[in-house]
Amino acid sequence: MKKEKSSNVIIKAVSKPFKGEAGKTGDWRSQTPVIDQEKCSQKESCLLCWMYCPDGVISREFPLEIDLEFCKGCGICAQECPRKAITMIDGREAPVE
Amino acid sequence: MATSAAKLLPKEEYILPGTRSCAACGLMLTYRHALKALNPGKTIVAVPASCMTVLHGVYPVTPVKTICINNPFGATGAAASGIAAGLKALGHDDYTVLAFAGDGGTYDIGIQALSGALERGTNFLYICYDNEGYMNTGTQRSSASPAGAITSTTPVLSKLQHKKNMIGIIEAHRIPYIATASPSFPLDLFDKVKTARDTLGSRYMEIHAPCPPGWGFPNKDLIKMGKLAVDSGIHVLFEIKEGFFQLTSRSLNLAEKGKRKPVADYVKGQTRFKKINQQQVEALQDFVDKRWNEFLERHQKNS
Repeated sequence: MKKEKSSNVIIKAVSKPFKGEAGKTGDWRSQTPVIDQEKCSQKESCLLCWMYCPDGVISREFPLEIDLEFCKGCGICAQECPRKAITMIDGREAPVE
Repeated sequence: MATSAAKLLPKEEYILPGTRSCAACGLMLTYRHALKALNPGKTIVAVPASCMTVLHGVYPVTPVKTICINNPFGATGAAASGIAAGLKALGHDDYTVLAFAGDGGTYDIGIQALSGALERGTNFLYICYDNEGYMNTGTQRSSASPAGAITSTTPVLSKLQHKKNMIGIIEAHRIPYIATASPSFPLDLFDKVKTARDTLGSRYMEIHAPCPPGWGFPNKDLIKMGKLAVDSGIHVLFEIKEGFFQLTSRSLNLAEKGKRKPVADYVKGQTRFKKINQQQVEALQDFVDKRWNEFLERHQKNS
């Protein structure tokens, strides 16, 4: 193998953006948020859950969806929803309808 | 024009999901909205050893879509100065240099580098996310921890000293922009970071970032706790533009209506205050009242 000249070598100790850097953080969850789409206002004037989610896993578009692969289950969305449209249920999985 | 609704915040997320930060992290919410207010393509972040380093991930991947330089604990101000000087030399004047350190890296360990950078008038924005302790290494006491709080280095008597007046120290440098914010009021936070971005010179912001595991309150109460801190006057929201002091957001409402909540309400929801006695609560209330009255006086003088 031919040795590269040292001046040509660029050291790339640079991290690249990657989804799920710490793995599937949904595994951390002990409670799972479930959205009742009928109770949700479905209006852009609210979006409080989206705004307050620290991890930004709630979609900006209606009907709102929570990315359960990465949701850490903190429960802020359920607490802050003015219409109580989000409930936290025990366990890591959302119930199958 | 102040941002009035959540829908007006930028849609794009600059932190990819799946970070190492704890569930319900106050810092995470702060950083998420701060990056929305900046232009992450044109921002370089200097980060000391802290929860922020943890959030930024382990080589070779990171969840954050912005350029970040990790630096030693005490060197945030110095690292940011270097970045700013480099950008100036190369003629890149459209970049924002952002230093993002915790209270340990600002109040205690990083204070000399920060003071140096402010004294030199470095063109950068310094954000201190104040979670009132060395939360990353296991809730040790910092000079930002409130009196009466149990930390892993003050486990018996709890902390005896009040919080340091960091804003006073920063103000003594006579920099163009100083502000405080809270992730419980993201719209206010967003506006202030935006104003700071568009100001030239050294800018300093202090953001009160509640830490559920460090302070001992349920994850779901993050927003509530941040609001309670503002409502009780533990944390006051204001802006100082060129020495011109003004209360903002919820603190302005409180000043107009005068219905501040007692500190006891704030204290009882957190296990770090489990050993606090009546006398200490009164002392904390007294400390908060005095500071609030000082702020109120300055605000009224300017309005």
